[in-house]
Amino acid sequence: MFRVKEYVRAESLETAYQLNQKRSNVLLGGMMWLKMGRNYKAAAIDLSGLGLDTIQEDEEAFSIGCMCSLRQLEVHPGLNQYFDGVFRECTRSIVGVQFRNGATVGGSVFGRYGFSDVLTCLLMLDTSVELYKGGIVPLTEFVEMPYDRDILVRVIVKKDGRKAAYTSQRRSKTDFPLIACGVAKKEDQWYVTVGARPAKAALAVLPAGAPADRLALEAAERFSYGDNMRGSGEYRKHLAGVCIRRLMEQLNGEEA
Amino acid sequence: MKIQMTLNGKLTTAVIEPDMLLLDLLREKGCYSVKRGCETSNCGLCTVWMNGKPVLSCSVLAARADGAEITTLEGLQEEAAEVGAFLAAEGADQCGFCSPGLIMNVLAMERELSDPSYEEILEYLSENLCRCTGYMSQMRAIEAYLNRKKEG
Repeated sequence: MFRVKEYVRAESLETAYQLNQKRSNVLLGGMMWLKMGRNYKAAAIDLSGLGLDTIQEDEEAFSIGCMCSLRQLEVHPGLNQYFDGVFRECTRSIVGVQFRNGATVGGSVFGRYGFSDVLTCLLMLDTSVELYKGGIVPLTEFVEMPYDRDILVRVIVKKDGRKAAYTSQRRSKTDFPLIACGVAKKEDQWYVTVGARPAKAALAVLPAGAPADRLALEAAERFSYGDNMRGSGEYRKHLAGVCIRRLMEQLNGEEA
Repeated sequence: MKIQMTLNGKLTTAVIEPDMLLLDLLREKGCYSVKRGCETSNCGLCTVWMNGKPVLSCSVLAARADGAEITTLEGLQEEAAEVGAFLAAEGADQCGFCSPGLIMNVLAMERELSDPSYEEILEYLSENLCRCTGYMSQMRAIEAYLNRKKEG
């Protein structure tokens, strides 16, 4: 059960940052995950009054505020038109509409959860995160960084012309993914991400040219896989190979 | 702490604990349609609208409702009764415990999607769990409800 002594709606990022330096305080995202644990915190810091709940688009990139909901990603016309619907595809199986109206992009990305569809999707694109003190960091670096007390302010996805596709396998429709795969193609390179292995998502970059079935197996080999109640590592690896091949074929087909 | 929200169209103030859930506040305010179900953000029984969007009141701090517009089934009684009649006609209400959350989400869907397909309805309502009906009677009722204007 989640218990907190004080609720603070932050009036600035600086205030939120200062409060967040105390380990006994916690920054609120959608709190869908937070409420599931046994947590007793001194203060809950809420960023929802800072206008960080919009998706802005310019000629070069999409800038997604940390308090945007997963539902906003799912239904944003610009994002989904530019990236061939991958944001809709990576969010639509996450529990339900009500859940996705609550869960935030900042919470999903900062948490670097091993089950995250959103992280898997963002990682195959040219994505950076803007940290309040740490500045702009490529997502590939951020995923490997240790957890700290900085604030993820927004996620920036560049419009670099990648064609992208996403899929996941679940034991039942709204469950956590058993495996999550994203594939993007730009010029002569494939960007392959696999999440829910059950470790957090990782990226492999491969040169294009070889047939999809061979490349998919090669890509699947680049990741490690583990066992949990949803499936074995061996099963996950097999699924990853199949999913990556299908996504590559889908993207090749679109380009033909 | 003290908060002020618009609850079913009426300005409402409340004194709350910082970690009080919106679900508990709404029930304290007499909105008994809001049910406590799984408390793991999965079942949809506690669905209410926050600023017009369906959310899980078991996963929202009441403090976050400060300044917000909250709508429960009690604030949509006529529309809710209409959906309820379609559910009853198909035998889709059975124990009825999930009905308020389901109806809140059906009404949200009706406002958000125009002429949704069967698949879109299933996807929109995927977080409204029911342990009685097996969903088929609910789906017949919801399709009939959404088609009522076309056929009328």
